[in-house]
Amino acid sequence: MISNSELVKKYFRYNKKFPHIWCPGCGIGTILGCMLRAIDALELDKNDIAFVSGIGCTGRAPVYVDFNTLHTTHGRALPFATGLKLARPELKVIVATGDGDSTAIGGNHLIHACRRNVDITTIIFNNYIYGMTGGQYSPTTPHGDRAYTCKLGNIERPFNISALVEAAGATFVGRSTSYHTLQLQGIIRRAIEHKGFSVVEVITHCPTTYGRLNRKGGAVEMLKWQKEIAIDKTKAEKMSSEELEGKIITGILLEKELPEYCEQYDTIIAKARAAAGEKG
Amino acid sequence: MKKQPSYQLMQGNEAVAEGALAGGVNFFAGYPITPSTEIAEILADRLPAVGGKFIQMEDEIGSIAAIIGASLGGCKTLTATSGPGFSLMQENLGFACLAEVPLVIVNVMRGGPSTGLPTSPSQGDVMQSRWGTHGDHPIIVLSPASVEEAFHYTVKAVNLAEKYRNPVILLMDEVIGHMRARVSLPPYTMVERHNRVRPSMPPEWYNPYERSASGVAPMAAFGDGYRYHVTGLVHDAKGFPTSNPNEARDNLRGLFAKIERGFREICLVDYFEMEDAEHAIVAYGSMVLSARSALEQLREAGHKVGMIKLGTLWPFPRFALERYLPQLRNILVPELNLGQIYREVLRVNAGQANIEKLNRVNGTIITPEEILKAVKGVIR
Repeated sequence: MISNSELVKKYFRYNKKFPHIWCPGCGIGTILGCMLRAIDALELDKNDIAFVSGIGCTGRAPVYVDFNTLHTTHGRALPFATGLKLARPELKVIVATGDGDSTAIGGNHLIHACRRNVDITTIIFNNYIYGMTGGQYSPTTPHGDRAYTCKLGNIERPFNISALVEAAGATFVGRSTSYHTLQLQGIIRRAIEHKGFSVVEVITHCPTTYGRLNRKGGAVEMLKWQKEIAIDKTKAEKMSSEELEGKIITGILLEKELPEYCEQYDTIIAKARAAAGEKG
Repeated sequence: MKKQPSYQLMQGNEAVAEGALAGGVNFFAGYPITPSTEIAEILADRLPAVGGKFIQMEDEIGSIAAIIGASLGGCKTLTATSGPGFSLMQENLGFACLAEVPLVIVNVMRGGPSTGLPTSPSQGDVMQSRWGTHGDHPIIVLSPASVEEAFHYTVKAVNLAEKYRNPVILLMDEVIGHMRARVSLPPYTMVERHNRVRPSMPPEWYNPYERSASGVAPMAAFGDGYRYHVTGLVHDAKGFPTSNPNEARDNLRGLFAKIERGFREICLVDYFEMEDAEHAIVAYGSMVLSARSALEQLREAGHKVGMIKLGTLWPFPRFALERYLPQLRNILVPELNLGQIYREVLRVNAGQANIEKLNRVNGTIITPEEILKAVKGVIR
């Protein structure tokens, strides 16, 4: 596997002024690293990758890496990516989005992207909170947990992102955490290889806001917590529902083949051209 | 090659769809909304046959997002909507202004605000088209006044978007969108097309927002080997976010400078009977049709009345007025709103001539007779 220094040299933008904007202990950099290692393992050409994001801490990921990068508006990464993919089907389009970005303001785009099955890989960085604005509850903040807009406890029920995208029709769903980096690399790799709309939900931590407000400790304690709650799918199948209480099932949760949008559109173009040719 | 018939009966919205094809548009994303839906329906049918693509998105926010994405992929893009959808597009319209992404939005105006009068004519979105998205930004807005002009202005809108790397809004009113008229369109191969300037330097020398002598930076498509960053944050010449005051100033000033440089080319204005005019009607969109009819009758009656027809609303073609202000005593501005271009006319006039307005917001048009009466009232 590629070394850290090689990874930085190969994929980071030498002309972008560092340091990055993420807090010490943030999980986003780890997930970005896993994505880069997956891309490296697939030996993809950097010119063939479009990396698209929305707004928030996760939205800042594309600027640091040397691909075709697009930092869009809040919640809208997927429709931007959809237009780009239709225009350039040969590109590998990868979307990075947070829990608020993808399931609150961008929730409608997420479910419709799942339904359309455009060949886009979406990595959802789920840290249970709005980090950039300083710690407000998101659609994935657990019931009863605290945020600066629910200091007395969240009375809303959270989305289960993986279940949501599966129900909406995604043809690949994977889940991992920012602790399980090898598993995560593998899942992202498979998601990129998958022909169709793929979602990888990554459970991660925001020690600055969510961790502090909910007394979860620092980054190290929160990584340990991810280690404890994650149960691999194969192991989970042998466990009872009582044993799985409070756990998060990880691995490739769903993988199926269905006609991809751009390929279907190509047949529409062929039919329309044939009909136009007949008319002369 | 199929020969275009010399004359055809066509609806304004249909002429827009034809203009899009003639102008080289090969990607459309949209959401159904009255009174613009015909444009989406026609392009859904016609684009695949020319290798283009159509997608119906989940809403208008997604529609404009998709055409921005496709434009970055190298497509010529267009979407069509009406008031409520245009409101939803405003945030991403600002993104396209700042990121300098060519695209065309057709807004077939209906009565507003809110759901308003969905199938009735209005010109209520003139100011929204200028300032709908937040922050200082340049915009180009064209307003056709006939079915044939809807075709030519659509081509022009596509060309200006590509040339200036800026969103262009084709602001039609429902009268023009749904009116049917006999038109004569040129063969599409004869239509002048402008393509965005692509970078000619090697990728390692490419700065995506470094302006050339024309004031516009060459634009690479994603996937062409020029890996670069596009963001809605204020950015430097490399496209990277900046909060350096000098770089932020250069970014914003540069956006305006490119449009100012092209001001004369962007401004479409026609003059009717203006040489000896002592009174003028300033009109755009369907009001031009009513005003022309009134003008003929006024001239027959011996009144020295002319008309300044605004084809471009933004940037406001102030020179068109300034040229004639010294000879004008009165100006009438008929509009299907409560006086939006009227205020611009007042601003340019700066107290020289007497300015009167004629407004309607009840979902019906202002007739030639009403303009005739209003002009007579003013010049008396």
